[in-house]
Amino acid sequence: MLELRAVSKRFGGVVATDDVTLDVVRGEVHALIGPNGAGKTTLVGQISGVLPTDSGRILFNGADITRLKAHARVAAGLARSYQITSIFRRYSVLENLALAVQARSGSSFRFWRPVTEEHALFDEARAIAAEIGLSGREKTVAATLAHGEQRALEVGLALATHPQLVLLDEPMAGMGPQESQAMIALIERIRSRVSVLLVEHDMDAVFRLATRISVLVDGRLIATGAPQAIRADPAVRRAYLGEELAA
Amino acid sequence: MRAIAVFVLLALFPLAMQAMDNLFYVSLASRILIYAIAATSLNLVLGYGGMVSFGHAAFFGAGAFVVGILAVEGVRSAWIAWPVAVAVAALAALLIGAMSLRTRGVYFIMITLAFAQMMYYIFVSLKTYGGDDGLSLPGRSTIGIGTLGNDLVWYYVVLAILAAVLYGMHRLAHSRFGRVIAAIRENEARAEAIGFPVYRYKLLCFVIAGAVGGLAGALIANQSSYVSPSLLHWIQSGTLMIMVILGGVGRLWGGVIGAAILLGLEHLITDYRIGWLASLAPNYQDHAGLAIGIVLLAIVMLAPEGIAGLALNKKGK
Repeated sequence: MLELRAVSKRFGGVVATDDVTLDVVRGEVHALIGPNGAGKTTLVGQISGVLPTDSGRILFNGADITRLKAHARVAAGLARSYQITSIFRRYSVLENLALAVQARSGSSFRFWRPVTEEHALFDEARAIAAEIGLSGREKTVAATLAHGEQRALEVGLALATHPQLVLLDEPMAGMGPQESQAMIALIERIRSRVSVLLVEHDMDAVFRLATRISVLVDGRLIATGAPQAIRADPAVRRAYLGEELAA
Repeated sequence: MRAIAVFVLLALFPLAMQAMDNLFYVSLASRILIYAIAATSLNLVLGYGGMVSFGHAAFFGAGAFVVGILAVEGVRSAWIAWPVAVAVAALAALLIGAMSLRTRGVYFIMITLAFAQMMYYIFVSLKTYGGDDGLSLPGRSTIGIGTLGNDLVWYYVVLAILAAVLYGMHRLAHSRFGRVIAAIRENEARAEAIGFPVYRYKLLCFVIAGAVGGLAGALIANQSSYVSPSLLHWIQSGTLMIMVILGGVGRLWGGVIGAAILLGLEHLITDYRIGWLASLAPNYQDHAGLAIGIVLLAIVMLAPEGIAGLALNKKGK
């Protein structure tokens, strides 16, 4: 459903992503791994439309979205979460989620009727809060949530837009083992209805969740394949996995 | 409820003044209410939308000049002149906003300032319509059943418009659109990432504010039947901004409170001579700006969220 064709991005003289060709198939959890600075977040930025792509093409459901604005990609069914938590900190959990639901349910160029009368928005927001494990925390202001809860809300905002494909940029960043388990469980729950491109350093999570794994090193894709094949790939072990697995 | 109480008091004010035979204050109050509308419109972009526009006087002044020019050309009906003023201000806001909103932060402040100054110089050089000297109107607008020349009638017209603007802004703030605008102010990147076309929302917010600013301009032209290019000057933009900051950025009543304090202070300082102060500095009233500055500084230090914010916090929010 997502096809990257020779996608590249340079920042000045630095090549961040270099000629990346990659497919995400409907229904899979596709993990994108690689050392720090490999260009993973840059690639997520390019796919989500936050960063312009210098060369190459990005197709989503067969349509060329290379030049599409970020908001239009969300409307097309392509949402993302951020590595560095980006939520509406002064809003409650419920207000955060209701806003994201509002973004894709009808026009928001409406100026008169109070949002609070739109019960459908808040009912759905409540359902998402339950799904991401924040039941009972709906009224809590996002800024005062625990780190793991903020990470869950971060993913929840992306899910609330009803994506077909969600880009999760290190959802487990900074999480303790228990919180990581909750996040893994969440991804297990949603994978039947949403395809996932998962950028993650937690190899335990990656090998438990991934249908396929792609490895990015210095902006270049050095391998794509099933988890067992990636684990055995000598180039991958040399470049990245060796030290991770040895640890 | 509190809002209704305030408007009842404001509605009774001219009657009290009439009883005391002091109609000058009715005129001063109309002026304050007009500036309250202008400051409220700026608060929509600045406070609700988080866009620090330093050129809001452009729309205020444009609205005033449209009414002035139309009146000189013989079109004095408020039903025609005022909507045209609003439309011209909205169009100006659309053009200026479309370009300015491609920038952010300090650049946005500077570019809105630059556009407003350009419009200021356009009206200064418009010799046919007064140029530097400004333009005197043959009188206030007419509304079919008569002119708005009577200061009492005028006061109530302005009060009704302020009430409508505040109610509209209240509804807007809680509507879908208002939520999106607030979300953009809170976290613009995320608002885009959950699917809102941020630029379009900001532009529309800017245009609505410009249109209401133009309406306030149409009123100020009528207030003294005189329009001057100084209405578009950057100092005017700054004054409106000070009103918003004083009253409360992003607070419904911020613009009203700010306008009342600033213009009220100005009047107090220039019209009442304080004996002991005059014996220290005989011509202190010629430097009202300094005195106002000191008072403003004190207010901002003591109430960093504006007077409206202070009142809210006292109540435990």
